[in-house]
Amino acid sequence: MRPVEIKEGIHWVGAVDWNCRNFHGYALSSKGTTYNAFYIDDDKKVLVDTVPAAFESQFLCSVSNLTELEKIDYIVVNHLEPDHSGCLARMVELCKPEKIFISPMGAKALKTFFDCEDWPIVVANSGDEISLGKKTLRFYETKMLHWPDNMFTFIPEAKMLISSDAFGQNWATSERFVDEVSKEKVSDLMAQYYANIVNPYSSKVLKTLEFFGELNLDIDMLCPDHGLIFRGEDVGFALGKYAEYAAQKTTNKAVIFYDTMWKSTENMAIAIASGIADEGVSVRLMNVKANHHSDVMSEVFDAGAVIIGSPTHNNGILPGMADVLTYVKGLRPQNKIGACFGSFGWSGECVKILKDWLEKMNMDIIEPNIKVKNRPNHKSFEECYELGREIAKAVKAKNA
Amino acid sequence: MKYVCTICGWVYDPAVGDPDGGIAAGTEFKDIPEDWECPVCGASKDDFEPES
Repeated sequence: MRPVEIKEGIHWVGAVDWNCRNFHGYALSSKGTTYNAFYIDDDKKVLVDTVPAAFESQFLCSVSNLTELEKIDYIVVNHLEPDHSGCLARMVELCKPEKIFISPMGAKALKTFFDCEDWPIVVANSGDEISLGKKTLRFYETKMLHWPDNMFTFIPEAKMLISSDAFGQNWATSERFVDEVSKEKVSDLMAQYYANIVNPYSSKVLKTLEFFGELNLDIDMLCPDHGLIFRGEDVGFALGKYAEYAAQKTTNKAVIFYDTMWKSTENMAIAIASGIADEGVSVRLMNVKANHHSDVMSEVFDAGAVIIGSPTHNNGILPGMADVLTYVKGLRPQNKIGACFGSFGWSGECVKILKDWLEKMNMDIIEPNIKVKNRPNHKSFEECYELGREIAKAVKAKNA
Repeated sequence: MKYVCTICGWVYDPAVGDPDGGIAAGTEFKDIPEDWECPVCGASKDDFEPES
């Protein structure tokens, strides 16, 4: 893609990754993604972030459309992950910048990514400013949104906040602004991105929103490093969504995710789901062989209850469940009701192990945890159905 | 004394403890079990420094 002027003298010089389906190797990005980088043309010429190394030639071409590379004075590194710093070493070599601005934590980590002893690094503390001539860059440290080194860059004259990985969505588009596409799709993709990437740092999100609320900055353009840019009223939309996500409120929804060997555990899941649905609570039934852990997490994110099931396998649980549980626990979902179930052939450790996972995620566990030998019968299906009804009642009481 | 996580900046205040992490209010930092983790970034106890 060629550069796009998004504000007077400020250009998008990112890359669109139409074929990305697995974001960073762990989360789904079914609609591709973008890596947003920016070029500011002022008395001082600035590059804010870069793109992955695989897009280096596109990036060089894009920036070269706007300036000769050696005329770039400053490079801002808002985040060191390789999807934003993949071309950094090459750009330092080609641009020979006068200064490279990076957060204090970024400066510490930089030397573990690059041989940068001779780079002109300037540590930007939160609130530090640098004048470019007509415009100013002001830096804000935003540790743990979502790495220790993350930083926002604000350009007061342009009312523009470059927010690194916060407010992103994975969506490859030819459009650059949220108001040019479906808001509903943006909203879904923002939630998916938050659930899979930002959720563990929700307490930091709340503090950051409070901090920026007190600063009362005049922002009419919010530029995340992935996906579409928010402008005008959409800035408030994005900030509101993040306040909503970070509060981790739950809805009248339950998610049952499970693995199954000979369908006994699956049939138990179906019976539990019937009980939940009959009490008027929405339920998602997700076999982990049919659903990627990233999709499971997107559903768990706003669910009031999480019910997990697995047969006992070699005195443990099936590996598909271990995969999803490891992933979901790492994303620290909060405020959930939990329950578990499973079948077994000879030893039956599954339910004890599943309960342990729920406890590690601080869920309020609904008993009984149902364990069935070999094949569920009419009585065990009744128990599953009743468990479903109890879970649904608890979800409704929680959200009342 | 308060301790700061050098990774994410979260502050451990003994007066508050870390109830969600199983650390009762009134627990001095030195008395926290070695396998305790920072509630924000998951860093280990070794990554904390006394607040200056």
